[in-house]
Amino acid sequence: MNPFNYQRATAPDEAVHAVSARGAKFLGGGTNLVDLMKSNVEQPTALIDVTHLDLTHVITSGNGTTIGAGVRNSDLANHEIIRTKYPLLSQALLSGASPQLRNMATTGGNLLQRTRCYYFMDTVFPACNKRTPGSGCAAIKGFNRNHAILGASDECIATNPSDMNVALAALNATIHVTGPKGQRTIAIADFHRLPGTTPQLDTNLQPDELITAVELPAPKFAKHSYYLKVRDRQSYAFALVSVAAGLAMNGNTIQSAGLALGGVAHKPWRSLEAEKSLVGATPSPAAFKKAADLAVAGAKPTEHNAFKIELAKQSIVRALTLAAQGVQA
Amino acid sequence: MIAPQDHQDPQDHQTHAKLGRRQLSHRYDGLAKVTGRAKYAAEFPVENIAYAYVVQATIPSGTIASIDQAAATRAAGVHSIITPFNAPKLTVPGNVNILQDTNVFFSGQPIAVVVARSLPEAEQAAKLLRIEYKAQPAKLDFNAVLKDARAPKRGGGDSHRGDPQASLAKATVVIDQTYSTPIQNHNPMEPHATVASWEGDKLNVYDATQGISGAQSSLARAFSIPPANVHVQCPFTGGGFGSKGYVWSHTILAAMAAKVAQRPVKLVLGRNQMFGPVGSRPNTSQHIKLAASSDGKLLLQQHDSTCYTSLISDWIESAAGATALLYDSESLTTSHSLVDLNLGMGTWMRAPGEATGSVGLEIALDELAEKLNIDPIQLRLINYAEKDPRQGLPWSSKHLRECYTQAADRFGWSKRTAQTGQHREGNKLIGYGMATANYGAGRRPSSAIVRILPNGRVFVGVGTQDLGTGTYTILAQTAADTLFLDPALVDVKLGDSTLPPSGGSGGSTTAASVCPGVYDAAVKAKLKLVQLAIADTQSPLHGAAEEDVQTKDGKLFLKSNPQRSETFTTLLGRNGDTPVEAIATSELAKDRDTFSSHSWGAIFAEVAVDADTHMVQVCRMVGTYDIGTLINQTTGINQLVGGVVWGVSMALHEETLIDPTFGRTVNENFADYHVPVNADIHQIDVTALDIPDYKFNPLGSRGIGEIGITGAAAAIANAIYNATGKRVRDLPITLDKIMNA
Ligand SMILES: Cc1cc2nc3c(=O)[nH]c(=O)nc-3n(C[C@H](O)[C@H](O)[C@H](O)COP(=O)(O)OP(=O)(O)OC[C@H]3O[C@@H](n4cnc5c(N)ncnc54)[C@H](O)[C@@H]3O)c2cc1C
Ligand code: SF4
Repeated sequence: MNPFNYQRATAPDEAVHAVSARGAKFLGGGTNLVDLMKSNVEQPTALIDVTHLDLTHVITSGNGTTIGAGVRNSDLANHEIIRTKYPLLSQALLSGASPQLRNMATTGGNLLQRTRCYYFMDTVFPACNKRTPGSGCAAIKGFNRNHAILGASDECIATNPSDMNVALAALNATIHVTGPKGQRTIAIADFHRLPGTTPQLDTNLQPDELITAVELPAPKFAKHSYYLKVRDRQSYAFALVSVAAGLAMNGNTIQSAGLALGGVAHKPWRSLEAEKSLVGATPSPAAFKKAADLAVAGAKPTEHNAFKIELAKQSIVRALTLAAQGVQA
Repeated sequence: MIAPQDHQDPQDHQTHAKLGRRQLSHRYDGLAKVTGRAKYAAEFPVENIAYAYVVQATIPSGTIASIDQAAATRAAGVHSIITPFNAPKLTVPGNVNILQDTNVFFSGQPIAVVVARSLPEAEQAAKLLRIEYKAQPAKLDFNAVLKDARAPKRGGGDSHRGDPQASLAKATVVIDQTYSTPIQNHNPMEPHATVASWEGDKLNVYDATQGISGAQSSLARAFSIPPANVHVQCPFTGGGFGSKGYVWSHTILAAMAAKVAQRPVKLVLGRNQMFGPVGSRPNTSQHIKLAASSDGKLLLQQHDSTCYTSLISDWIESAAGATALLYDSESLTTSHSLVDLNLGMGTWMRAPGEATGSVGLEIALDELAEKLNIDPIQLRLINYAEKDPRQGLPWSSKHLRECYTQAADRFGWSKRTAQTGQHREGNKLIGYGMATANYGAGRRPSSAIVRILPNGRVFVGVGTQDLGTGTYTILAQTAADTLFLDPALVDVKLGDSTLPPSGGSGGSTTAASVCPGVYDAAVKAKLKLVQLAIADTQSPLHGAAEEDVQTKDGKLFLKSNPQRSETFTTLLGRNGDTPVEAIATSELAKDRDTFSSHSWGAIFAEVAVDADTHMVQVCRMVGTYDIGTLINQTTGINQLVGGVVWGVSMALHEETLIDPTFGRTVNENFADYHVPVNADIHQIDVTALDIPDYKFNPLGSRGIGEIGITGAAAAIANAIYNATGKRVRDLPITLDKIMNA
């Protein structure tokens, strides 16, 4: 790991100012950034610790809820408001990492966690467009079982590994950020990017912008939601495929739906078409299968991950079925 | 044994049967471990210590053309940089990479060492080395070169019996399939570590090892000094599973670095440095042909296994080895072949051979049972080997039938439906599977010192080490059992090369080797004590016959007149207050060529496979083992349970992924190299028959460390088949393989 300076910021403005120095980065729980520093993937010259900003509250705001960027994943998952009104988010968080990691990880850091692509994480591999733009993509000819089936490009087939982000996508969250030019909000759908020809950019956040909060709209899916995570062991593994499914029911009719997939794309893959197809429908295997087909429409596998297409479909049907039944994960 | 007649005398079996009955209820070293007082190799404080970082090759094949170390040398805190271009010339002891030439055989091979004031400084300086390679084409794709597999240079222990063609011709049912297992890495909790310091030509080493004697002799050879000049200490080893059985490059490099830097050096491998440079379990591709008559009698067993080997050494994962002795069959052929790859060396990994071989053979038997419409246990009973099929020797002791019965009962095997996919609970497909477990029984001579102290305590010293398996515990018990006293009064010292030599902790030989050594030394020490009493005119035992004196709870007494007695303490107090001690070396049974010894077991698995996600949950594992005397309930059952967990791991999780172009392990960390977590392990019910095998060993014990993993993966694979009707013959059984089967 390269030597670096460490600064503990006490106010958002101070943090934003400090991070404008060349090579500086924000430090949340450090569970992703510090790992990447150890393997020389990230080489910041300074870390601006943002865990001492006053961004650790979960509060009701209007009909919705605002989550401070510094709230730890464990605290968020177990928060009364989240558990009762947004159980989908709670489930997604609890399905991620391990208790120790969740105790450290922050909401802001989780939004920005980087891909787990093997070739990105080991600097000895010369080809990785995300790490070194223009160098190529070692994953396309290497191990790509964990890689994207949707929205990938010839430059990069990496996935976003987060569970939390998938739930945030299904819940239609908004990200609040502050930067040198002031504050702005970014819809979750516009926050993460597809790789295209610029896979080095994970998100549309500027390097000198600080995430201050995540805002959830009024809860719609409190009674009918399910986060299904399919993985290679029962816990402490990233998703091969995950499904965040939320339904708002009026009697036996679906009033609105939130559906997003994890482990399949460079961003949490929310399918508006699938959601739309569910509106007005009665929960049934046929309706769920139709939504599943729509959600993975256009999927393109690589050598080792073709199974994800069928797996995603089966998982969507299962998650929607359980959501409709009102079963909690 | 000092009195070899002991184990031939059935009368004495009664005495021996008591061994292991004064059990320590807790692990001897448990308190030290949970309180952090147990010091591991890297934790010994050494003054003025420097830190060494091993630089590894980033190409899989070629030579190092040059290393520009100018910038690295100037980096903060750097003491020395050792490369193939400036390393001291050493004798190369074994297949290690100690910078004596510029060849690169695998990515990850040690090619330089940086010694600095701190580890971060050493690592930072290492980044500044400019290394130029002359790359050569590398062999990395096992399947692509499988057809070029060759015979091992020193033979592969192949077997042959009967007339395979004739047997095959008679068969009504034939299974002909290929089974494969992946490369695996041991991943003990404690990383490999060596702390080395020199005083003139004397070398002091703390080494994380499964064999202090091996480390001592390798280091002596490398530096051309007498073994007595090398002092190796390793009071505790944090697991090894075979990977600490060999003396790897880093141990010698640490000593080299200490010599060059002229100060003590600590070298600890990072987790990512443990994938390749300290050995791997090679992958296997096993072609198996089983031919049987309609009544289930095996006519032919053919098992041909191919594994990779590094270019540094011929190492065979002998997957077909146990096939020659497990079941009776008219004919049999087994063979091993190797494929050369630019990868790190293969080595022993928990049940080398049996773990992988039982995957192929025991799944194949399940396939055969189905085709024959015979219960899998019944099929194994039909072909039960009453004698060792290899030379026709009788077994020293074999109770595999009881294992099948007991485990099947505990498991509830009778509830199994042979037809697949019949048992569904909600979204879960439930399946049952079973397999035979087996592992060889080996022992070696082992020395020990036993000292009876005037304060009533007993000291035991053995030049072996406890890799976490319970060696301290069973040695305290053995001494206590032999002297008939409370094991809490025994102090054990291990892991020091100045103690009487014993040997490596591996191959499930430890208990069967070290316990007899301690037993012999304790018998000898007791005899000395008895003789002292008899000769002492002030002793109530003065003038008694040796055979008439016995010991119990720290007292000597006459069998013929128990009133005549005195304590060890009084006797020794009167005789100069000095201890009585004896050193002994156990010998192997004289008649060992007249029988064959092996451990056995039966392992059953229940799995639940999710019908939609295909995720597998191993709900239950039930195993019963015939491992001779169960010396200690806590440590022994723990070894078996640990083995079964390894079986779950092998069946579902573990696989070292090596990039086919670069030859680098891509999942060299615990996030990506999967082993089971708590959520993957549910009920594990393990029992041991505890029937002593006195022919094999005067204490009746065979090894216990490895058998648990054998058969376990196959039992799970068979259960998955029973649940889903999907036969996966390639481990690990990940959900995509179930989907695609
Ligand atoms: C072994 C392991 C297993 C894991 N398993 C899972 C899993 O199953 N599912 C899952 O979802 N995740 C998993 N994770 C990832 C984990 O969730 C992330 O590492 C964590 O959420 C990152 O949060 P952090 O606060 O530690 O971020 P950091 O590591 O501190 O930061 C990550 C990035 O965010 C930036 N950053 C942090 N805070 C802010 C802010 N307020 N504004 C702007 N930028 C900011 C940092 O500069 C950095 O670039 C796993 C991690 C590990 C190590
Ligand atoms: S998939 Fe993306 S992150 Fe992975 S190697 Fe290719 S470019 Fe790099």
